Amino acid sequence: MIERETVIQVGNLTKRYGKLVAVDHISFSVTKGECFGFLGPNGAGKTTTARMLTGVIRPDGGDASIVGHPAGSLRAKQVTGVVPEMANAYGDLSAWDNLMLMADLYGIPRSHARERAASLLREVGLFERKADPAKAYSKGMKQRLILCMALVSDPEILFLDEPTSGLDVQSARMIMEMVRRLNRDGKTIFLTTHDMDEANELCDRIAVINKGRLIAIDAPERLRMATSGTHSVEVSFEGPVTEEALCKLPSVTRVTKMGDKFRLYTADPGQLAVTLVGYASSKGLRIVSLNTKAPTLEDAFVALIEGGGKCVK
Amino acid sequence: MVFGVLFPVFLFLSFTINRHLTAEFAIPGLLGMILFFTATAISPVVVPWEAQSRTLERLMTCPVRIETIILGDILASFAFGLAISIVPIIIGLALGVGIALPAVLGVAIVLAAFCFASLGQVFSIPPTNIPATVNMIASVVKFPVVFISGVFVSLSELPAWAQGIAYLSPLTYFTDIARRSMQGEGHLPAWADILALLAFTAVFLAIALRAH
Repeated sequence: MIERETVIQVGNLTKRYGKLVAVDHISFSVTKGECFGFLGPNGAGKTTTARMLTGVIRPDGGDASIVGHPAGSLRAKQVTGVVPEMANAYGDLSAWDNLMLMADLYGIPRSHARERAASLLREVGLFERKADPAKAYSKGMKQRLILCMALVSDPEILFLDEPTSGLDVQSARMIMEMVRRLNRDGKTIFLTTHDMDEANELCDRIAVINKGRLIAIDAPERLRMATSGTHSVEVSFEGPVTEEALCKLPSVTRVTKMGDKFRLYTADPGQLAVTLVGYASSKGLRIVSLNTKAPTLEDAFVALIEGGGKCVK
Repeated sequence: MVFGVLFPVFLFLSFTINRHLTAEFAIPGLLGMILFFTATAISPVVVPWEAQSRTLERLMTCPVRIETIILGDILASFAFGLAISIVPIIIGLALGVGIALPAVLGVAIVLAAFCFASLGQVFSIPPTNIPATVNMIASVVKFPVVFISGVFVSLSELPAWAQGIAYLSPLTYFTDIARRSMQGEGHLPAWADILALLAFTAVFLAIALRAH
């Protein structure tokens, strides 16, 4: 097995705001070339963690390093690019000038910076509008510009904080495709998101954070399968059926009504399908549809956040 | 321009009209006020303004020291103060006010612009992303300073206790050295004014760099 180099190392990282512990002694590591997802509900501590790792705020405890350098140090910042949730280009400067400013801040020679900026702007479809002030851009265009600004220094590690939040489909797809390509080319990606599909499609591993604490770290597929209680059977009957009646069936842990269908959560979906057929027959009901469902990452996420999921039994 | 030029000019006029002040006395005061207001006009609002537009966070993630960012803000204010200081000098020359010691005046303007720009940066230490909050804090300090710094009344005409208060203001030393440069005489020796401005600059700069 090939040992991959650790590029982000976090140990007992803590941040407090008054009495609130925003990030509570979290520890994890990210290896070179990995796409690491940081998943959690709003206010869980995702952005606070990313801001500590990128040097925007100082932690109150613990330590973090980027490629062996303390997080927030100039050397750590030299190898990272940051795409925050809210676009933060200089509105009065053109896209081109914003990129040149970033290149200057990273000490990139001007001739190399021009080449790189032109290539990046072409890739995100902004080259034709490079002279326009950033404030005249749409939200999606601004976020594409921010991605270019983060990449102008060709960083080893890219931090993305909810990069597609609130964007139009075209911009979101373009950004995600670019992130996928960057990761394929060997860049390490640290992605904070609450978009399950985004995390599922892009990430090699996902850390789930809730109320400042890490509650799981694993590959998306393993997280999904580990929550066995979230297997389910989706069934639709022709005739009157109540949630309470279905909840009484053996092995059912939870029932959710979804339009004209019921979703029954169970650890044994095969056996439950057989039970449902018997139940329908005994009550004189006709089954319109019956499907077994594997747990989604969203199911796993909800189960983890809610501490194992709610059971109505 | 409003806070840095128009406002001090009108304030100055309101306190000098009908007082039969000579241009030789009035122009150094006007120069001091304009330099003080312009050099402290930009540096206090840059940090909150950048925090509001989130570009400060962008800068914080770049491989740049916070001290460099603060010095950059101070230099912007310094350059603005320096450029606008030409306006009262031109007005003075047009009114026939000569400059007896142009080199001394030049050194004093450069030093004072940097000193006041550093003071401006001190105003933005309270963490806020609302420029108006910082402007309010700055105004609370700036206005009393103008009235205790010998801008409208010569230091030698002030009672001893008022002179004691005047010595607490960096503007006092600039107004004094500006009068010496233009009129040929001042209340304090030029070297004392320069030393005082250097000391104030060091203190303001140290506070701004440490506290941000």
